[in-house]
Amino acid sequence: MRVKGRAWVLGDNVSTDHIISGKYKFKAISSLEAMLPHLLEEVIPGFSEKVRPGDVIVAGRNFGMGSSREHAPRLLKMAGVGAVIAKSFARIFYRNAINIGLPVIEAREIPNITDDGDTIVVDLSEGVVANLSKGVRERFRPFPEEVVEILRAGGIVEYIKEHGWFPWAGSTG
Amino acid sequence: MAQTMTEKILSAKVGKPVTPGDFILAEADVAYAHDGTAPLAIKVMEENPFMYRVAHPERVALVIDHASPPPHLQAARAHTLMRRFARRFGVRLYDVGEGICHQVMAESGLVRPGSLVLGADSHTVTLGALAAFATGVGSTDIALVFAFGATWLRVPEAVRGVITGTPSPAVSGKDVVLDLLRQVGADGLTYKAIEFVGDGLRHLSVEQRMTVSNMVVEAGAKAGIFPADDVLLSWLGDGARPLHPDPAAEYVDEVIIDLSSLEPLIAEPPNVDRVKSVTDVEGVEVDQVFIGSCTNGRYEDFATAARILRGRRVREGVRCIAVPASRRVYVRLLRDGIVQELARAGCFVAHSTCGPCIGAHLGILDAGEVAVSTSNRNFPGRMGHKDSRIYLASPATAAASAVEGVIADPRRYLS
Ligand code: SF4
Repeated sequence: MRVKGRAWVLGDNVSTDHIISGKYKFKAISSLEAMLPHLLEEVIPGFSEKVRPGDVIVAGRNFGMGSSREHAPRLLKMAGVGAVIAKSFARIFYRNAINIGLPVIEAREIPNITDDGDTIVVDLSEGVVANLSKGVRERFRPFPEEVVEILRAGGIVEYIKEHGWFPWAGSTG
Repeated sequence: MAQTMTEKILSAKVGKPVTPGDFILAEADVAYAHDGTAPLAIKVMEENPFMYRVAHPERVALVIDHASPPPHLQAARAHTLMRRFARRFGVRLYDVGEGICHQVMAESGLVRPGSLVLGADSHTVTLGALAAFATGVGSTDIALVFAFGATWLRVPEAVRGVITGTPSPAVSGKDVVLDLLRQVGADGLTYKAIEFVGDGLRHLSVEQRMTVSNMVVEAGAKAGIFPADDVLLSWLGDGARPLHPDPAAEYVDEVIIDLSSLEPLIAEPPNVDRVKSVTDVEGVEVDQVFIGSCTNGRYEDFATAARILRGRRVREGVRCIAVPASRRVYVRLLRDGIVQELARAGCFVAHSTCGPCIGAHLGILDAGEVAVSTSNRNFPGRMGHKDSRIYLASPATAAASAVEGVIADPRRYLS
């Protein structure tokens, strides 16, 4: 599975509140689309209009910290973001992102050398992320096959819809 | 092989030994969501007919606590949606005033030592104080747990939190966890579980342990687990079995918290790990004091505050808002005259709600205002305007600050 797009660079500790402020939470009940214009509004004004499908967010440490609101990764995906690359992620954001089919990659070097607009390529199964504009390639620990399956299906709900059960064996329900 | 508590609990769930890094599918013992997260979960279930089912209704709870009673129409609508869902599937609904989800779950009797608890809220970790593996998940996760009873997890590495010594009277669970945050920082425990051991544990009541577990997520932790020791077993009082890590269990790191040398601490805005001694920020003028939330809204917290406020007055110009974490806490406080003492001292005492903690209602901060709060987060805008400032501290420090109108050292009042 491959993602290719332009980089949008952010710093450390981007919280779910930066991604989508909690004050719009109740809008989501009627429609998630209604929240889209507010995506990242305080860090990248106009982001939801400027972003193109496949674009990649490149951030520092602890991306997605704070509240567990799932609207954050959902809106990023809905806006067209193809992957988020960061030095580290807050864990609930990380699993929410996988669950809704947004690839999240931990990389050490790429966040240091990437500028806005650089071209980024990610290969999920191989575990490689590259900044083509800078000519830098980095390996990351590839996901377990089950997680790649979830991402490929477009999210865990889609996966279960297709296969009837989680990609891990187990008995319940 | 020697196991951490995390490994013991998760191994029992899957029926074979697990080690950190394993991805597992595990059945949940308890699953819950609140009015901030349940609506999206319900929406996911409604949009996907194959998920419009509840595998184990007796393990599921919905709690109305975040915008409760509803301060606006959208919240009212979310609550209606939750009530309808609860009726349709026969799951528990804790309606307006019952309490904050984590507290209500602790009181429910559903959470046992060794339970796997999943909540659609980051502070689900609070229930680690009951020797459960309790962690926060997103709305899709919780929808899947509701529908199929299970979820996927990566077994986390564990850090040992050693608590030693004896605390002085003005020091409580909040100071313990602020000390932890000072040591490890805001992402120091990301993806990891922290397990608390040591001879200092006997000085920490279950209520105080809940304060500690509550805020481990502020360091990024996946869980903060206390053992099922005598303190917990007598609190549960119903023949639950002990749970401890094996002596030779492997931890990736260790943090030591010495209660004997601990002083009252406070986290300066805008980050929870900007921890100082109260003496370093004494004298900062305060507009609002908030005593409550899932971090510090329990009986002992208000009893301590009342000890300080008894026979004194909240300083003029300060709003002191006291909100018990559950109806049960509120009723106990009423019974023991503590609500009366707080009200007489000039506090605004309300029924249980998250309200002020997230700036939903009952005490929104204006630009430039300063609050001392017993809750768990102090980033800009958390309690209202983004130019307000939140200091996080214990109920003792909060009450002392309410009396003096400035950040104040509670040691003057408790010795
Ligand atoms: S009291 Fe605050 S931190 Fe706790 S559940 Fe409610 S909003 Fe979240």
